[in-house]
Amino acid sequence: MTPPEVAGPPGSAAVPGRLGRDDVVHVATLARLALSDEEVELFTAQLGSILDHAADVAALDLAHLAPSSHPIALRNALRPDVPAPSLSRDEVLAVAPDVEDDRFRVPRIVGEAP
Amino acid sequence: MTTAIELAAAVRAGTRSAREVVEESLAAIAAGDAGVHAFLNVLGDQARQTADAVDAAVGRGHDPGPLAGVPVALKDNLCTRGIETSCASRILAGWRPPYDATVVERLRRAGAVVVGKTNMDEFAMGSSTENSAFGPTRNPHDLTRVPGGSSGGSAAAVAAGFVPLSLGSDTGGSIRQPAALCGVVGMKPTYGRVSRYGLVAFASSLDQIGPFATGVRDAAVLFDVLAGHDPRDSTSLPDACPPVAGDVELGVDDVRVGLCPDLVDGCTPDVRARVHQAADALSAAGAKVDEVRVPEFAYGLSAYYLIAPAEASSNLARYDGVRYGLRVEGEDAAAMNTATRTAGFGAEVKRRIMLGTYALSAGYYDAYYAQAQRVRTMVMRAFDRAYETVDVLLGATAPSTAFALGEKADDPMAMYMNDVCTIPSNLSGHPAVSVPFGTGADGLPVGVQVLAPALQEALLFRVARVVEAHAPTEAGS
Repeated sequence: MTPPEVAGPPGSAAVPGRLGRDDVVHVATLARLALSDEEVELFTAQLGSILDHAADVAALDLAHLAPSSHPIALRNALRPDVPAPSLSRDEVLAVAPDVEDDRFRVPRIVGEAP
Repeated sequence: MTTAIELAAAVRAGTRSAREVVEESLAAIAAGDAGVHAFLNVLGDQARQTADAVDAAVGRGHDPGPLAGVPVALKDNLCTRGIETSCASRILAGWRPPYDATVVERLRRAGAVVVGKTNMDEFAMGSSTENSAFGPTRNPHDLTRVPGGSSGGSAAAVAAGFVPLSLGSDTGGSIRQPAALCGVVGMKPTYGRVSRYGLVAFASSLDQIGPFATGVRDAAVLFDVLAGHDPRDSTSLPDACPPVAGDVELGVDDVRVGLCPDLVDGCTPDVRARVHQAADALSAAGAKVDEVRVPEFAYGLSAYYLIAPAEASSNLARYDGVRYGLRVEGEDAAAMNTATRTAGFGAEVKRRIMLGTYALSAGYYDAYYAQAQRVRTMVMRAFDRAYETVDVLLGATAPSTAFALGEKADDPMAMYMNDVCTIPSNLSGHPAVSVPFGTGADGLPVGVQVLAPALQEALLFRVARVVEAHAPTEAGS
């Protein structure tokens, strides 16, 4: 992907260039989604339009404000380290797509050794 | 329709059986839901069993609780043990969770009877319930219109008279906007007031479960049942949570109400007129109404549509075909993940996952995600400033009455604009409620929104009750 190129007003975050077809293909790969050519066209136009609207936010000078990840001041939620019943393994495995020997079964993850 | 309060009182007193109440609800659903499609799954057998257990408790002299025998519908993103919970997505179709959401346990302890799971926009992403993988819900007031969303099924189920109460979730307005479009009460509590344990995550810093009801008093009773600390949700507030239902009728004498043009001016003229009429009613009832400008709200929509997709792209990474839900086979694990997600997610979910992935990716994080988080800080400070001079804010819930099915389906940005008045309270984590207040030029319901500072639910319901009591009862009045 192309890095941000256009500088915004002083103190604002740099305003990125417009999202293109290659960006959509790259992001879909990261998100593990396969897109048809038609979907790439459609999503490029739609995501571009949403990001155009977001340009009002990108252009604001907010360097004096700290980002908020959350609406309330989060404290670390701690509890005593005491064993307690958890979900039944049989019930959890019963809803899995594929199971073998009390484990989730998946296709091979790495290639065959040469 | 009989209120939930009246139904529970009759069941507790033994003058009506829970079984009879639930049979009436199931019969109404059977007669009317083919046209509305509020429900994905009606749980007749379980509901009858629960009702019989409530009646048995009453027979033994036990009190089943404040919602004894009251039929309740649940949005299908609330986990119900052994009962399909799909989030209206193909990727979770047929999934039966191995546990109940905390709110489901709380409803059961209060004597409520769950009669079904309601339709929604897939993973709560949408404002019309057209994004359901299982077909749209229709507005009971006009079947050619949308019910709003994403909790459109829960709003429609109450509006159609199928159930007196239902639960939804509100990430950017998904309880309040469908409540407005369907002419019912819908309320988003303070973030952390109601446990999110067992709510399938969309955007975790914004999501909150809340009640739908036909009236404010019923909504307050249901809120009291839902609210309280839960150690299984690390964002659940530890603060004491005194009941609010007893304060609903205290009135608005000397309450300072801020009529907020930034939550009104972008709406259609008929909606604007109703909000001003509600402000006049509050003033006549003893409140001190002043105009309060909060121009920062204008940036909420853009910030929300960066923050929520960013969190969603992370939360929805769990749908990988390994532990639950759909799997589409592939030659290796990565191909299986991609084939599963490509087949399992609908277009709006894919759009938001990609938008969020993009906003979080190297080179764009600061310009989009971090900047949106700074806007969030800006909006929170703007609320703080407004609440230095007023106790609550008043505005519209949605920019217009219900629109036609398909009208905005091909234009994501036009759809997102529906949330412009509701989003600020999600960014700040504050409570807000939509109250039906007459109709628009087309005869369809209009919702007026009351917003309050964090943890001020008692005041919120008081003001909402006065608005409700002065709502025009006939079109054009």
